[in-house]
Amino acid sequence: MERQILVVLPHPDDECFGLSGTLAKRISEGTQVTYACLTLGEMARNMGNPVFANRVTLPQIRKLELMESCKSIGITDVRMMGYHDKTIEFEDHEAMSKRLGELITELNPSLVITFHPLYSVHPDHDATGAAVIRTLAKMPKEQRPTLHCMAFTKDCEQMLGLPDVKVDVTAFLKHKIGSIQAHRSQWQLPVDSNMVESDAMKERFGTERFWTYSFE
Amino acid sequence: MQPIDQASVQLVIDRLKDQELYIHLEMTTGAYASHNDDSKLTASTFIRNGIIRYTLGSIEGSGPFRVGLKINEGWVYSQGLTHWDESDSERLILAGHDNEGKLVVSLQLSKEPF
Repeated sequence: MERQILVVLPHPDDECFGLSGTLAKRISEGTQVTYACLTLGEMARNMGNPVFANRVTLPQIRKLELMESCKSIGITDVRMMGYHDKTIEFEDHEAMSKRLGELITELNPSLVITFHPLYSVHPDHDATGAAVIRTLAKMPKEQRPTLHCMAFTKDCEQMLGLPDVKVDVTAFLKHKIGSIQAHRSQWQLPVDSNMVESDAMKERFGTERFWTYSFE
Repeated sequence: MQPIDQASVQLVIDRLKDQELYIHLEMTTGAYASHNDDSKLTASTFIRNGIIRYTLGSIEGSGPFRVGLKINEGWVYSQGLTHWDESDSERLILAGHDNEGKLVVSLQLSKEPF
């Protein structure tokens, strides 16, 4: 059983497609999970379809969506870190490492999950991965938690090889679909309760993949 | 947000003239433009809570609209504006949405920071 997982991601909804099933599964197994969400996704251009948000109202809306997603997954410890969407790579490295370091000291995670710093498409995703790696790299090897990374550039498998961690989340599709649907300003996934367990859904959403990051 | 009522927006632009204002000005293709279609450039730009003062400003066109604000040494310009928040009596909140409802451009003015 994984003892404690610290998730570090930049935007509300970064957890929903690639991680929500795994977290729901681990929580059901007794794992403690903390989700540090760096920003409120203030600069997203999706405003719902039909449109219900604007640039001013979006951050608070996404905050509520994040809480609803976490409720669906079963996460009760969410830390909103107060950074601004699109600016993670420009923030002071030392200051960010200090804050992430404080979380690690407080929680003593056995596993940290974030984005891969090179193959995650969005600059904030890459920058978050880089910040987590900078923080963990400073730790003595014996104390350092395992790091799992999500990646999804078109060339990620070519560059990294196949993901070494594959999690079957078919038993947690309801949690995952609930997480995706919570972020309704960003995603519209029309699924009703009897479609949730369908073969199509299992095929599309039933496996989550991670690369274990090596500090050597 | 509601479709822009040009005359009403012009009244707000006139009211906010000749004073220090916080501006949010933005244009975006979204962060995934070239990931989804590699013939596209992923490009976006924004200034958030910059400070400007304009002496002249207007909203032109017949929809989508263009706004130009004449500032001391230059201009603020935004094209492609389609919607505004008519309920906000203190600030000017303008946006341009594409036909999928995604934000493409944004121009916001306020006496207080956003």
